[in-house]
Amino acid sequence: MLSGIPLFPVQASTVAPDVDRLYFLIIAVTSFFAIATVIAVAIFAIKYRDDSGEKVGAQIHGSIPLELAWSVIPFIISMGIFVYATVVFFEIVRPPAETMEIYSTGKRWMWRFQHVDGKSEINELHVPKGRPVRVTFTSEDVLHSLYFPAFRVKADAIPGRYSSVWFEATETGEFHLFCAEYCGTKHSGMIGKVVVMEPSAYQAWLSGSDGQPLAVRGQQLFQQLACVTCHLDDNTGRGPSLAGLFGTTVELEGGAKATADDSYIRESILTPQMKIVDGYQRLMPTFQGQVNEEGVMGLIEFIKSKAATARPRPAAAQPTAAPARP
Amino acid sequence: MITPTLPPVTYLNHKYGVMSWLLTKDHKRIGILYMVVVTIAFMLGGVFAAGVRLELTTPQGDVWSADTYNKLFTMHGIAMVFFVLIPAVPAILGNFILPLMIGAKDVAFPKINLISWYVFVIGFIFTVGAMVFGGVDTGWTFYVPYSSSASNTNVLMTGIGVFITGFSSILTGVNFMVTIHRMRAPGLTWFRLPLLVWALYATSFVQVLGTPVVAITLFMVVLERGLGFGIFNPALGGDPVLFQHLFWFYSHPAVYIMILPPMGVISEVIACFSRKSVFGYSFVAFSSVAIALFGFMVWAHHLFVAGISPYSAMVFSLLSYAVAIPSAVKTFNWAATMHRGAIWWKTPMFFVFGFMGLFLVGGLTGLFLAALGLDVHLHDTYFVVAHFHYIMVGGAIMGYFAGLHYYWPKMTGRMYSDILGKLSALLIFVGFNLTFFPQFILGYLGMPRRYHVYPDEWQVFNVLSSAGASVLAVGYVLPVFYLMYSLFKGEVAGANPWGATGLEWTTQSPPLPENFPGQPIVEEEAYDYHKREIKVA
Amino acid sequence: MPEAVAAHAEAHGHPAHAHHPALQHHFETLEQQKEASVLGMWIFIIQEVMFFGGLLLAYFLYRVWYHEAWVEGSNELDILLGGINTVVLIGSSLTMALAVRSAQVGSKKGTVNWLIVTMVLGLVFLVIKFFEYKHKYDLNHIPGANFVFEGPHAPQVQIFISLYFGLTGLHALHMVIGFVLLSVIAWMAHKDRFSPEWYTPVEMSGLYWHFVDIVWIFLFPLLYLVDRTHRLG
Repeated sequence: MLSGIPLFPVQASTVAPDVDRLYFLIIAVTSFFAIATVIAVAIFAIKYRDDSGEKVGAQIHGSIPLELAWSVIPFIISMGIFVYATVVFFEIVRPPAETMEIYSTGKRWMWRFQHVDGKSEINELHVPKGRPVRVTFTSEDVLHSLYFPAFRVKADAIPGRYSSVWFEATETGEFHLFCAEYCGTKHSGMIGKVVVMEPSAYQAWLSGSDGQPLAVRGQQLFQQLACVTCHLDDNTGRGPSLAGLFGTTVELEGGAKATADDSYIRESILTPQMKIVDGYQRLMPTFQGQVNEEGVMGLIEFIKSKAATARPRPAAAQPTAAPARP
Repeated sequence: MITPTLPPVTYLNHKYGVMSWLLTKDHKRIGILYMVVVTIAFMLGGVFAAGVRLELTTPQGDVWSADTYNKLFTMHGIAMVFFVLIPAVPAILGNFILPLMIGAKDVAFPKINLISWYVFVIGFIFTVGAMVFGGVDTGWTFYVPYSSSASNTNVLMTGIGVFITGFSSILTGVNFMVTIHRMRAPGLTWFRLPLLVWALYATSFVQVLGTPVVAITLFMVVLERGLGFGIFNPALGGDPVLFQHLFWFYSHPAVYIMILPPMGVISEVIACFSRKSVFGYSFVAFSSVAIALFGFMVWAHHLFVAGISPYSAMVFSLLSYAVAIPSAVKTFNWAATMHRGAIWWKTPMFFVFGFMGLFLVGGLTGLFLAALGLDVHLHDTYFVVAHFHYIMVGGAIMGYFAGLHYYWPKMTGRMYSDILGKLSALLIFVGFNLTFFPQFILGYLGMPRRYHVYPDEWQVFNVLSSAGASVLAVGYVLPVFYLMYSLFKGEVAGANPWGATGLEWTTQSPPLPENFPGQPIVEEEAYDYHKREIKVA
Repeated sequence: MPEAVAAHAEAHGHPAHAHHPALQHHFETLEQQKEASVLGMWIFIIQEVMFFGGLLLAYFLYRVWYHEAWVEGSNELDILLGGINTVVLIGSSLTMALAVRSAQVGSKKGTVNWLIVTMVLGLVFLVIKFFEYKHKYDLNHIPGANFVFEGPHAPQVQIFISLYFGLTGLHALHMVIGFVLLSVIAWMAHKDRFSPEWYTPVEMSGLYWHFVDIVWIFLFPLLYLVDRTHRLG
């Protein structure tokens, strides 16, 4: 890219052409109004010029039809742009049903990408072309933002929360990856590249890994942190079984419901008292400080991998204890 | 033409000495006191900007260290936003001209007016102190957790300084609202008011309701950073995004504080130099009120990628488009004012020409950012930087300069060199476009904001931008010279050198301490040029 | 009071427009000056609502998210002292209103005395608050590095207590400002600056004081009475 002066970013994802089309539409609309108004002002300034300062202008106070025209028409045009832009937006934020998962954490001043099979990268992300990829990420310290200009996607990395972006790369090559939320000294150094490869090349690259699959790491943590002592697969433990849990709807104490997604699992590990499953006691301790963000991601992958067992879950596994208040 | 002489008794010469200025309750002197501090802040902010643009001429970080660079852009933003853009038109021009425009002897609370200046100065001293003794590097937006826990610069002192300064803005807002409600001359009904008064009124509404929210937000950051309290701390379950909601609840309406008064100035100048009533007076007046109201409903368009729900984002996107409409209405009305006018090509009008071009681009590029699908790509890139500079510098500062050059004869009794004034306007217009238009291109290419170093292939646009900044700087420094010169050698202006309508132009230049010899009574509509026989000066 | 008017005119050397000594020169009439003061004070009070509003927004958001921590934090506060403070402040609003009434009927002694009683009640409030804060300090419940709290919700209780100190601290600061304001007004009353024709500063101070009282009326239940149905004291 050093030879030419780029005027426009490369389109490297399925969504990029849609975003660019929206951009060109708004350029067309705004240029029309800008040029028309500037020309009008220029013409009036020249045609009606009078440097004596002593002539008086015409007695015109206004025109209701004109006011209506130039409020209503721009409003309608704006609403049109709004609708179109919103459609594109939902395309950007709603991933397809099947995506390849990547986990990531940002921290001052680097991005760490964790492939599910165990491979981990720093400031570089290898992905296959033509396959939807979803990156789920958080920050370990301050706000950051994961930005892939060539894919036209961005989301802030927020400490204490998960964010995600998805894309399907349409071109092979190397593209920029930036942190787009100011985070201190090396904010402009928190950059890297996303390497899009042909699927076969990607497989080859992946198989050269000696990392531990995330789910296996998670399984090890599950043992080490003694999760397995309460969360028995046959539902006879002090905590609910996690087999086949991921993605299902959970009934909570008090009647509310929650979806057992990434955020729910993370919250259950770090601040378990926030949501208690109906029929269970408030016994789970917090693991904040005992497991880092990457460990949590491993546990999530492990729980995802636990298929439902044959035995159904009993209706009310434990009697609810009386509220412990004086 | 009879050459006028300076009046014998004016607000400038009836009392001498430093104390007569530091203890003044005269709104005209207070306006000038504000002008001194704001001009210093503008120069300071300009120096910081020069530091930023110097670094960005090359892709590497070879001029400043990363930490120094981060301090430069932060302090540029803080100086310009809180000490120039917010006070420029209201506290300088508004203070000077509002009572004159409505036929009053002063604002409603002159002592509070003086106090508001002292509060401003104290806030300025705190903030500049923080800048000088170590600097601050959080960005003018102070996002947590960086500002509350990670930054090791003078966040506390800056936060306290800005907190204090906010009260200056609030007190001015209260003062202006009461002044406009209660001190209009007999016969001066609301719909006979000059449009600048409507603009100042709408602005005061925003100042009074919005500023306390940023004050309390900074207060919470100070508690968190200074005392270790936990309100936004994610480790305790606090929400860093809550800070963003609270911060932008003020800071978005704040941009309307910055643009509404200059828009009011544009109405005044365009009417005078077209010798014609502003087209669609009531629409322009109501659009100021609409902008003030709607301006409070769009804050989360700064949070589209910050983790808010897409449905929430939709609401804010829609409202952001809605708030653009009143500004469009104003722009069309101004252009229509010029149609069949008698356009007098004088310096203030040149600044209006410049405003029209630059504000159009700035306002219209807002439509790009309000577009959800596009904002994901453009958020936190140079596109945003270009957009807000077009509005705030191209719009607000141009408007301020238009007002400064329009009211200078009234304030000082002197005329300045029209040629040099027009040259400034031209230099600013050219320099500005050269500086900021390339940044739209850089933004779409993906160059993030607040970057100390950047990929090599983006150097050309950065060089263009820095070159433009040098031209811009000349354009801004030139007025200092010819305006100062005019104080000593400028032609005497007389009461109404522009042949304008409005009560302020019926009294001498510079005005009497009590503004008018008697009590003016208003019997005309605003901008009644067609009824006038105009004899210049 | 024609003598005061004449005296003022003589002192300022402008018998041409003899006017009430309290009329400031940029106003035409005392009525206009009074209306301006009233409007100004109300606008200022609305601004204060926005000021407290930001903290209250944070409070409400976290109360919904962390209800249990809010219950725990609230139950740690001393409801008796809080209740006494509430009564003290309401009482002080009564005495403030009596001070305004005294000024309205021209009773200088009444004005000064009721203002002093109001200030004393304000002081009582602040002293009780001091003891509440001190108690928190003794228990290591001050948020920050030394915060110690038993229970699974401790981090969110720390947020609650941070907001408690923020809200009540800000309120206390407003009380201190009110105290200073009232002492100035009491001094002015003592110096015969008010009369039935002009007692607006007393009235405006009253407005401010009532506002500070109303803020407390909101803070007390929000902070002290979260889920207290079965735990009093």
